[in-house]
Amino acid sequence: MSTHGEEDLLNTNYLKAGTGVKSWLLTLDHKRIGVMYLVSIILAFFLGGVFALLLRLELLAPGRTIMTAAQYNRAFTLHGAIMVFLFIIPSIPAALGNFIIPVMLGAKDVAFPKLNLLSFYIYVVGTIFALFSIISGAVDTGWTFYTPYSTSSNSSVVSMTMAAFILGFSSILTGLNFMVTVHKLRAPGLHWRRLPLFIWGMYATSIIQVLATPVLAITLFLLAMERVFGLGIFDASLGGDPVLFQHFFWFYSHPAVYIMIVPGMAVVSELIATFSRRAIFGYFAIAMSSLGLALVGFLVWAHHMFTAGISEFAAMLFSALTFLVAIPSGVKVFNWTATLYKGSIWLTTPMLYAIAFLIQFTIGGLTGLFLGTLATDIHLHDTYFVVAHFHYVMMGSTVMAFLGGLLYWWPKIAGKMYDETLAKVSFAFVFVGFNATFLVQFIMGSRGMPRRYYDYLPEFRPYHAFSTVGSWILGVGFIVYAYVLIKSLRSGPKAPPNPWGSAGFEWASESPPVLANFREVPTITRGPYDYHLTTDEELFDGFPEDAPKKA
Amino acid sequence: MSTASSTEHAAASHGHEHPKWLAHHFDSPAQQFDTAKLGMWIFICTEILMFGGLFVAYAIFRGQEPQMFHQAHEHLNWRLGAVNTIVLLFSSLTAALSVRQSQVGDRKGTSRYLVLTLLCAFGFLCIKYLEYTAKLDHGLLPGRCFGHPWFGDHCVGGGAAVLPAAVHGLSTRAHMFFAIYFMMTGLHGVHVLVGIGVLSWVLMRNMRGDFSKGYFTAVEIGALYWHLVDLVWIYLFPLLYLVG
Repeated sequence: MSTHGEEDLLNTNYLKAGTGVKSWLLTLDHKRIGVMYLVSIILAFFLGGVFALLLRLELLAPGRTIMTAAQYNRAFTLHGAIMVFLFIIPSIPAALGNFIIPVMLGAKDVAFPKLNLLSFYIYVVGTIFALFSIISGAVDTGWTFYTPYSTSSNSSVVSMTMAAFILGFSSILTGLNFMVTVHKLRAPGLHWRRLPLFIWGMYATSIIQVLATPVLAITLFLLAMERVFGLGIFDASLGGDPVLFQHFFWFYSHPAVYIMIVPGMAVVSELIATFSRRAIFGYFAIAMSSLGLALVGFLVWAHHMFTAGISEFAAMLFSALTFLVAIPSGVKVFNWTATLYKGSIWLTTPMLYAIAFLIQFTIGGLTGLFLGTLATDIHLHDTYFVVAHFHYVMMGSTVMAFLGGLLYWWPKIAGKMYDETLAKVSFAFVFVGFNATFLVQFIMGSRGMPRRYYDYLPEFRPYHAFSTVGSWILGVGFIVYAYVLIKSLRSGPKAPPNPWGSAGFEWASESPPVLANFREVPTITRGPYDYHLTTDEELFDGFPEDAPKKA
Repeated sequence: MSTASSTEHAAASHGHEHPKWLAHHFDSPAQQFDTAKLGMWIFICTEILMFGGLFVAYAIFRGQEPQMFHQAHEHLNWRLGAVNTIVLLFSSLTAALSVRQSQVGDRKGTSRYLVLTLLCAFGFLCIKYLEYTAKLDHGLLPGRCFGHPWFGDHCVGGGAAVLPAAVHGLSTRAHMFFAIYFMMTGLHGVHVLVGIGVLSWVLMRNMRGDFSKGYFTAVEIGALYWHLVDLVWIYLFPLLYLVG
């Protein structure tokens, strides 16, 4: 039996349970670890974003604008590597997931709190390697590190691949922790059919993290050995096979695309249910489609290699399998849309982001089919069409879901409300800026503008200029968004426990939650979207002292 | 969610014995034990996928040049490999026995078997050391260092690869076999080292008296990891030493 002092501590607001830098850096509380991740990935996003803006500025006009070709190669590699490995993979799982998953499950913490802290520090060490690579000459191979260029480039490849290698372990341990947490730490009454869809999505993500990331680890390890010892496995002049590197790399990196998008879908499921105020349409179908994406995601990797000289039969097979991805994705989109139908829609900023997700994911997803089709892919491969496609999925979908989810759970995380009007202004800039930047890239890609090129023909100039101006609008949107968060921290009004009147389980905790998440272990008696089974008290969006008396 | 029935559960979860090794976020020792075990099983899946990459590389290159693999494997010492296999299998047995002893609360017996397991692990590494030095002496090395004993003649670093025409009657293509040999056994060797670290930590905690009949999670988890190390070797031995 724990002492009274400990009991009191477990029932203290997590932000106030312990003060000083040490109480944060050595914390085992999943909420504080989530917040530390949040700060780290926001810094990474800022750094990657600066590279993005510089790239777009360079492409404003043909020829040299602000940097040399060699600097440009490094800038796009760093933009990609930072955004993929330091920002988007840990973004929703490690930051929002860490904070919300145990609260949603009615658990007091994740299964392995020390491992959770360890995975954060592994992330920090990986980041240090990445920064070391940047200052010691950076990398110019593209984030995909394709051989043979990556084994012969004189840039700082080994430290960057080691960074990705180390960050991979952080990702594996986070996924492992979440899987075990979902299996073993659910509150009484929370059986699998009542799991929130956010949990289903994170569970599917964790499976991919645990099974795909080790393959990247061994691939990057072999690449580093290739550079250091001249190993030869990927070196054609020694009898090795550079295409094998591509197979290995995409065996991880295609599932990794689902590590990026499935959490976004998980967030959107929550946003749409809460702000439509009705049971989500097709709960079970959405849950299974997350697992379906995790499964199918392992079977389509070679669609990145249609032009790499793989056999025609393999190309046909992988093209056909690629179309399967459209099924679970379509299941989700149609179910979300059906949830909106006759829902009582409340257009808060998180909901606006969810709707933006619906639109942009549909564009990003459908253009993926163009690329999965063999004949069109030959034309579109390595053009800006591909760039636009994956930015619509990664940024137009996952980042939108992250921005929406962060605002949605912000009252839980910070205990304060944000300025709704200002948040809507930032949304308008982000939405317009994003589409201005990337929609036009579909057009120039289909007209033959290759990706990763430093210079271009004058006829592409209007498209590039338009895209660059779009990136400025997008940048302004992010600055306003950051200001919304800072303003909320400085002077936001105190948040009630359930500001959105949601039936989701996490809103039954206090804002911000106590150290043990709940004062008493909750017992779950309904599903997370069963609005017809809720009481007025559960959906009440004010402070408990003003709550309506029970009838 | 209802809070009416939750007080009942809270009372139940605080009613029973709450030993100091039970972390605050678990309700019962059984839950904590199952959680740890599931975690290790998932980690084992990760490990197998990591070795999986190397097994795929092995399959591809052996499929391309089966004869070269056959010739090259004759330069491995299958007797030492077999001894190592027996050593590791025996260490898995002692690891399992240490778990059994900790389950019945026999602290001394647990320590005894853990020490035996660790001795086997060191024995394995010593034999591996003998094998590795023989390969280094003969220049049976991966990639561009093939034919350059002890990585001599500046084979590591930039510049075009200088490969001798033949080494000990092997075509230079055989460097690929040794690349795979060193990567697979090297990664396995790293796992042996990690296993030694884990089992030493378990041994230290056992000697400190952390474990009892009711709490032996770390012994079980450590042994589980050690079985993985053994399992990987069970596949490496025939694939590398007994080709053809």
